Amino acid sequence: MSGKSGATAGHSTEPHVSNRFYVAIAVILAVFTALEVMVFYVEALAPFLFAILMVLMVVKFALVVMFFMHLKFDRPLLTGVFAGGLFMAIFVIVALMAVFGKFG
Amino acid sequence: MTASEHALDNGDAGVHEGLYAGGIWSWVTTVDHKRIGILYFLTSLVFLLVAGVEGQLLRLQLARPENRFLDPDLYNQLFTMHGTTMVFFAGMPLIVAFFNFVVPLQIGARDVAFPRLNALSYWLFLFAGLFLYSSVPLRAMPDGGWFAYMPLTSSEYSPGLGMDFYVLSLLLAGIGTIAGGVNFFVTILNMRAPGMRFMRLPLFTWMALIVSVLILLAFPPFTVGLVFMMFDRSFGTHFFDAAAGADPVLWQHLFWVFGHPEVYILILPAFGVVSDVIPAFSRKSLFGYPVVVFSGILIAFLGFGVWVHHMFSVGLGPVVNAVFGGATMLIAIPTGIKIFNWIATMWGGQIRFNTPMLFAIGLVGSFTIGGLSGVMHASPPADLQQTDTYFVVAHFHYVLIGGTVFGLFSGLYYWFPKATGRMLSEALGKAHFWLTFIAFNVTFFPMHFSGLLGMPRRTFTYAEGLGLDVFNLISTIGAFMFTFAFIPLFLNLWRAWRKGEPAGANPWDAPTLEWTVSSPPPHYNFAVIPTVDRRDPLWHPHIEVGLGWAGEVEPGGVSPRVQPKEPPEPVHMPDPSYWPLVMGIGMLVMTAGALGSLGVVLLGLAVTMLGLFGWAFEPSESGAH
Amino acid sequence: MEGPSSTGVSNRKLAMWTFIGSECMLFGTLIATYLIYRGRNVVGPYPDELLNIPFITVTTFVLLMSSLMMVLALAAIERNDLKKTKIWLFMTALFGLIFLGGQYYEFNHFVHEGLPLSRNLFSSTFFVLTGTHGGHVAGGVIWLGTLFVRATQGKLDATHAETVEIAGLYWHFVDVIWIVLFTLIYLLV
Repeated sequence: MSGKSGATAGHSTEPHVSNRFYVAIAVILAVFTALEVMVFYVEALAPFLFAILMVLMVVKFALVVMFFMHLKFDRPLLTGVFAGGLFMAIFVIVALMAVFGKFG
Repeated sequence: MTASEHALDNGDAGVHEGLYAGGIWSWVTTVDHKRIGILYFLTSLVFLLVAGVEGQLLRLQLARPENRFLDPDLYNQLFTMHGTTMVFFAGMPLIVAFFNFVVPLQIGARDVAFPRLNALSYWLFLFAGLFLYSSVPLRAMPDGGWFAYMPLTSSEYSPGLGMDFYVLSLLLAGIGTIAGGVNFFVTILNMRAPGMRFMRLPLFTWMALIVSVLILLAFPPFTVGLVFMMFDRSFGTHFFDAAAGADPVLWQHLFWVFGHPEVYILILPAFGVVSDVIPAFSRKSLFGYPVVVFSGILIAFLGFGVWVHHMFSVGLGPVVNAVFGGATMLIAIPTGIKIFNWIATMWGGQIRFNTPMLFAIGLVGSFTIGGLSGVMHASPPADLQQTDTYFVVAHFHYVLIGGTVFGLFSGLYYWFPKATGRMLSEALGKAHFWLTFIAFNVTFFPMHFSGLLGMPRRTFTYAEGLGLDVFNLISTIGAFMFTFAFIPLFLNLWRAWRKGEPAGANPWDAPTLEWTVSSPPPHYNFAVIPTVDRRDPLWHPHIEVGLGWAGEVEPGGVSPRVQPKEPPEPVHMPDPSYWPLVMGIGMLVMTAGALGSLGVVLLGLAVTMLGLFGWAFEPSESGAH
Repeated sequence: MEGPSSTGVSNRKLAMWTFIGSECMLFGTLIATYLIYRGRNVVGPYPDELLNIPFITVTTFVLLMSSLMMVLALAAIERNDLKKTKIWLFMTALFGLIFLGGQYYEFNHFVHEGLPLSRNLFSSTFFVLTGTHGGHVAGGVIWLGTLFVRATQGKLDATHAETVEIAGLYWHFVDVIWIVLFTLIYLLV
């Protein structure tokens, strides 16, 4: 659409995020990674290992994509392009695993 | 300045000026999408002929039972080369040729988003094709079929370099194809002229956008499969080694996760051509435009969930087969919708049966036949009878020739005047159409019968007295006719290039933006970037190009006279560059080295990096990367 | 051609995101293969005998922190703070190199423990998956290194913020893939 024909530089729209905020995100990432490894070693948590690890992984993934890659502040089009590829990749992984009987 | 101070361009530019001026070096370094499109076209035409001759040799061998014209080994090599070449080095690049030439003109852009990347895509296609064919003098043509099933293609059962040529050339071509996918995706999203909203895009451009998405999503799994095959063959890994606990069927999955979308990569552009040609020659806007667009999107989307229908006979179980069979049948719905929309477009229109229209109508009929036989083997029980027989060969030649090739011929006759400024002969064009149409049916229709009688594909001969003799003889005669049917085409191209009548900007009174510029277009395409306020802008009086030229258009009339002869302001176009070629050569050297020499690979890597850095730091206004 | 953009996003940035979307399919297929073949090894060594969680946790941490430095480099160049830009670009590339060094050590260690590439199904899937990721890291290190050299030559300023941003997108994506691989390969053995 040509409604935004004046936009030339492309990335001037995002609000300025402070370095402190980025550091905070990195701290969360580091803590979550430590949590993941701890969960791995605690035998009592073994039945929940898969669920806990997947949640932590998804949160870490989302934090990097949303804040370090600025998707949260950027144009929805870019989120769509990335989410489209990601969705198809997850679909192919799940479909192939299902066909190979990985879900019982 | 007023409008009258500008000579208006009536599109009489001669063929040997402008677009075609300049020596070899100007073509080698070109980054102009039109020139790259022409390079794609000519190169893929050569590959089409070579692969056609290969098909012809196969038909000669099958002309009569127990024939010994080709030995089984050579037969295997020829059908592998025929399929691989047709899909990757004739069909797809021919489509990309049209993307290149037409898409920027249809959206009102001056070039693609990344002109040098576009050049690199071309070089990788050319080099990958040449690399594949370097197996011919080495007498090491691949012989595992174009879908190269494991474990037949493992180093144990396919020793020698044959399948290595297959793997490496397709890896190289795939890189260029993915780069092209990125390029056209960004071009169509980002470089549309003001007012060219998504629901105003010409259908061909729409299909190019969808195909770009398919390329981006389908080629990576294929790349991964090829890498696995390369590692299994060259480095002793076990991705497809049942003895090590692996499942060779994984190759089939990876191949068809790519391979089925690939079928739509080949057919949707032909649908796009037809969706532009039928309205132009019916003098009537496309019936149900949004529905045609969304059915194209739906076909592409469903295309990712049907790959197992190529593998029903593997024995994946009734649940898997039923799910994928059902999903496959669903595709008939959006496809049928398109067919009905084309028919409804013609209904009540002022139809002109020029050659582009004949091929478009030929597609509607032939593709319907191919589509129907496709629905037949969407049903797993039926497929178990038909798979690996000539019935399947008949099916996919009906969709690939009756669909893709007819669509591309339609596009060739439609846009040739735009590309050269010369008209093709209607008489020769009609001769070409009728010969092709008849020969195609004579060749492939009997294969339905020989297939249902149980004749297996990919077998170099058959026994006498099985009822196959007549059908095969007819197919072979048809194949010869098909070859001769190319003669009027080449005569026509040659004649038009030498002394065809000047085409003018809009010889067909067609409605889309590419017909506003002269034929052939100037290197900057549009002297003034047009502003679009509706679909089919040339069929309405309101095309606005700014600076007062809108007034030149007669109310209610069809006027090509909307582009001034000279741009009122200087236009900055990207400079020619030889770095894409350097990078392409580097990657070719790497590929060749991968046949067995680490030193050559490293040399190729060095040249590639040289090309990359030269490219990145080349002083130019165009975007890096 | 940086003409006017119909979507308001520059061509280069849209292209990088498009490429990243396509890369999801590449890694998705590699991951699917790894998961399908997990537990189907017929000869050792097996993953749980070799994978060194504490060691890989350290290199994972290094790669995560490199992402922080990358984003600080971008913030610096947007402020036209060229000195900080240089420092953070250098640190990002350096941390990337440390990660690659860790991977080299890990691969080497595995080979010495009797797991060359061609040993079994685990070696095939593990080396090709993590090796593809490592190749992407190496490409990123070269890219960031080039930007660092340009910065030291004084050829990088706030007008090139988007160039740094796009390199950053690639770098973060490679990091994000590692977040997934770390969990799927090492923690969910």
